[in-house]
Amino acid sequence: MIIFSISGIIRGFQKCIPLGISVGSYGLVYGMLASKAGLTLAQALVMCLTVFAGASQIIALELWHSPLPIAAILITTFIVNSRHVLMGAAIQPWVGQLSPIKAYGSLFFCADENWALSIKAFKSGEADGGFFLGSGLCIYVFWVTAAWIGYLGGLIVEDPSVYGLDFAFIAVFIVLALSLWQGKRELLPWTVAAATATAAHILLPGKWYILIGALSGSLLEGWRYGRK
Amino acid sequence: MDANSQAYLTILGMAVITYLTRVTGLFLTNRIRMTPRTEIILKSLPGTIVVSIVAPALLTAGLAEIIAGTFTGLVAWKTRNLLFALLVGVLSVWALRQLIA
Repeated sequence: MIIFSISGIIRGFQKCIPLGISVGSYGLVYGMLASKAGLTLAQALVMCLTVFAGASQIIALELWHSPLPIAAILITTFIVNSRHVLMGAAIQPWVGQLSPIKAYGSLFFCADENWALSIKAFKSGEADGGFFLGSGLCIYVFWVTAAWIGYLGGLIVEDPSVYGLDFAFIAVFIVLALSLWQGKRELLPWTVAAATATAAHILLPGKWYILIGALSGSLLEGWRYGRK
Repeated sequence: MDANSQAYLTILGMAVITYLTRVTGLFLTNRIRMTPRTEIILKSLPGTIVVSIVAPALLTAGLAEIIAGTFTGLVAWKTRNLLFALLVGVLSVWALRQLIA
């Protein structure tokens, strides 16, 4: 893979449309929650355009209370998005062949969905590095547009809990958790994370329980590796 | 600083941090060898993070939420359809709240 062409970008965009639609449904929820959390439409959309990372954006909305807990939001953003480090390392055999501007430019648009799609495409012979950028642009367009529509919908619906819409956040993360489940090996770290996080949620103020739960589960996983 | 500037400052910080996580993997791959243990910890983080978000929210909510959460999970597991699972979750929590309250 050495080329990077417009036709590769277009191919990536087209192949990614089904994934874009599912990201769009998630974007609707983000937009709706953003209007409930008190962000202006401009703030909600600027966040989509510049951060472009769904899970971390929705978690930021959970933390969005006045006065803004800026440090907690930034630390949580880092922890939630730290998986990108591994994703970037995994796609290096292909993206690493591109010029730095093309490689680091394409990586701005790297989302879970188009990253997985591109790795699959490159492994089955896709020879155009533009595929990765095009598929990312597709996710980007769906994400921003859906957030916009969701925000406007959120303004119409006055009290989301009357319709059960406050539950959408929990539902999204249940679905997300299931999609991350890779087998029985996850059982122990996940149980520890759930128990520690719930205990910390009851005992401590603020949202530190997310970090405490995640780190206790994952560090246990690292410790367990050393024992084998 | 007014609330609007604080909000944009926070968003800018999130954007910079997120972009750094996106480029760091490619940047480091040729320079540093990750130990298997670090790799395992990083790999398990997405799952434990999501669980740490959802478990406390679900377990400290109420009976309606726990039952609706189970429905959502079952539908997501069986259909692999995010939008449909969301619909089932929201509709069932709405119905269960009417019944239980």
